[in-house]
Amino acid sequence: MFLLRVSLLAALGLSAGSVFGAIELHSFDDPVLQQRYESLTSSMRCPKCENQAIDDSNSPVAKDMRERVASLLRDDRSDIEIQNFMVDRFGDYVLYNPRLEGRTYLLWGLPAGLVLLGAMLVFLILHLRRQSSAKSLSAEERARLNALIEGKKPK
Amino acid sequence: MKRRLLLLLPLVVFLILAGLLYKGLSMNPSDRDSALLAQEFPAFELSTLKDPEVRVDESLLQGEVTLVNVWGEWCPTCKQEMPQLLELEDRGVRLVGVDYKDTRELGRSFLEQYGDPFEVNVFDPEGDLGFELGVYGAPETFLVDKEGIIRYHHTGYIAPEDVEKVIMPKVEKWR
Repeated sequence: MFLLRVSLLAALGLSAGSVFGAIELHSFDDPVLQQRYESLTSSMRCPKCENQAIDDSNSPVAKDMRERVASLLRDDRSDIEIQNFMVDRFGDYVLYNPRLEGRTYLLWGLPAGLVLLGAMLVFLILHLRRQSSAKSLSAEERARLNALIEGKKPK
Repeated sequence: MKRRLLLLLPLVVFLILAGLLYKGLSMNPSDRDSALLAQEFPAFELSTLKDPEVRVDESLLQGEVTLVNVWGEWCPTCKQEMPQLLELEDRGVRLVGVDYKDTRELGRSFLEQYGDPFEVNVFDPEGDLGFELGVYGAPETFLVDKEGIIRYHHTGYIAPEDVEKVIMPKVEKWR
């Protein structure tokens, strides 16, 4: 059992090593640029590999995109400009967090909308219940109830 | 009673969401529209595969409906696609190739071996034009209208049945 575990771990380590070996990430002397590079490349989805970020994929297009991100950063372009640059070529698909625009209002608004709808329904249900319980007593019943509460016999 | 009907709203919302999500499950994630539809073909200036001295640019795509096919010798599917491209050429469609991330020698020998339906091949060794086009795997094909606007994007292989069913109707539409 122990041996199996060790060999499994070794295999995992080896395969991970080979994957990471193929991915060259750029490095910057400026820690701020480095930070921006890392957050940009981890926020973009590789168009070829369906659900890998471009900093985690060894597909050729991901490599090209990493290079482009690095060179745009060196050109002093803003994060938004770099994201727009990629979206203009590869579509909204490349951003894990799509931009807020006409086509994506539904995507962004739906969760909030659903929570709001849920809250409205809860409120409505409580309201209906209160009303129906209040309504279900007739005038006579109400009088009896009041009498009972006050500890008197109904007339 | 009318108000009670409102309580069915969560069920309705749930059914709509379930329907949307179910549809999402059956969609092919790699089958998505190019970001370049209805946009001008990106500007470029590259040499032709045949002759390093001859430079071409995006004006190549003006005046006639053109299929721009992005291919490479390293791409096995491009070999399977070649007969369909030759058939399109036979039907009078103008084809321009983009030899993507290739070497001149390999690109040329590919055409000698599998046929050459292209009026011109743009040589794109670094994949710069491919990048501008948002290409993420060859083959990919773009239909460009007379004004140089991209009208249709075919991701991947043009299958034999696609020639009649997909490509020709689009070409006719923009002619």
